[in-house]
Amino acid sequence: MESTRAHTDRVYESELVQLRQRLLQMAGHVERALSRAVDALVRRDAELARNVISDDREVNRMEIEVDELCRRLLALRQPAASDLRLITTALKIVVDIERMGDLAVNLSQRVIELGDAPHLRPYVDLPKLADLALEQLKLALDAFVNADADRAEAALKKDDVVDAFYFRVLNETVAFMMEDTRHIRSGMSLMLVAKYLERFADHAMNVAEMVIYMVRGTDVRHPHSRAP
Amino acid sequence: MTAAPKIRIEKLNAYFGAHRAVRDVELDIPALGVVAVIGPSGCGKSTFVRCLNRMHELLPGARAEGRVLIDGQEVYGPGVDPVQLRRRVGMVFQRPNPFPAMSIFDNVAAGLVLNRLPGDRAAIVEKSLRQAALWDEVKDRLKENPTRLSGGQQQRLCIARALAVEPEVLLLDEPASALDPIATAKIEELIHELRERYTIVIVTHNMQQAARVSDRTAFFYMGELIEYDTTEHIFTNPSIKQTEDYVTGRFG
Repeated sequence: MESTRAHTDRVYESELVQLRQRLLQMAGHVERALSRAVDALVRRDAELARNVISDDREVNRMEIEVDELCRRLLALRQPAASDLRLITTALKIVVDIERMGDLAVNLSQRVIELGDAPHLRPYVDLPKLADLALEQLKLALDAFVNADADRAEAALKKDDVVDAFYFRVLNETVAFMMEDTRHIRSGMSLMLVAKYLERFADHAMNVAEMVIYMVRGTDVRHPHSRAP
Repeated sequence: MTAAPKIRIEKLNAYFGAHRAVRDVELDIPALGVVAVIGPSGCGKSTFVRCLNRMHELLPGARAEGRVLIDGQEVYGPGVDPVQLRRRVGMVFQRPNPFPAMSIFDNVAAGLVLNRLPGDRAAIVEKSLRQAALWDEVKDRLKENPTRLSGGQQQRLCIARALAVEPEVLLLDEPASALDPIATAKIEELIHELRERYTIVIVTHNMQQAARVSDRTAFFYMGELIEYDTTEHIFTNPSIKQTEDYVTGRFG
């Protein structure tokens, strides 16, 4: 049950609006960080990679800000029902979003390491995997903004597609390394990049799961680990 | 709820003259534990609980219709003695109301005297004061006048007075709203202890208090029961929009 009405206490209302906006700004920042990191990889642009790394400080700053805002709301407003679910959701997804930012940083670090090493082959699958991961995040964020659990469920259903792509990239990279041992170093870096992208999509899934909780009040995580 | 309810309320309507203050309420209250009744001023929550021990009808122009069953017995049935009923269903009010002309001891014993109940009065008074978590504070001043006690102590004295006649149900109508936070915390802790022996119904306009002390919560609005569920459900994920708006502070 989601309320459409505004709070009687307008300051409280504006704090909740602020919380939603901060999370979205932070997620938007992370979205851009990942697509820039992938651009840096494809173009072997170490300068761009370094920019992604230094810009992550902004994401970290936002994480602290969201945490503080949540603590203040919990202490001063004693939130209930949908407000309580929004705040507890915010406290959890802020960690996922911050980790996604870190993964964009990790990817950028691999770009710098690769330096001028020759491309194993034209990048097709990795950018596709990145697109899938970003699409997952976009779906989860749209679900969050519109309090739309159906859209969050759509994101959860795409997890298999991401995984399939990830394993395809892994297998191909292994094949390249077996063909020529000089490719092992860059092959390892690319395997790590693929892992980061897969993890990025996983964090987006966590966000989607929490959005379902926020909207419906039901926890869909770990269906196989429930007490009977 | 699978076990038979302690109190079953069917099609309850309560009136002040032509005004219907409680509208078609249906509700089962399980034995033992705490049910909180919440809602804005004038929603009928106090009137509702006053129907459970026939206190409502004592007001001029007031009457109730419908059925209230306690252990299956009609509260409004013919031949029911309201005084006997009120011994089984005790009540504590917003303002502590000890009898000012009586000693602390006599206040607690008052119901025993009134109902001509047998037994060792001193033992019953001590037991009741202990149950109300007041014994240690008043054991050396039982002959004193209760008006010298603090507000919180006076309220616990009223609870002891209600417990002395060994009721099965305890109705608490805003029992802590006139008390400071420390006295309130003591009353809430007391409710927590009493829930194992009594069926408690507490009316409160303090939603945090309802959340803290109760197992189940009933939300009333404009005389109607809007939602009744476990307290956790009401405060984390209510099913009805009006409940959601009320517990989150969206009062329009």
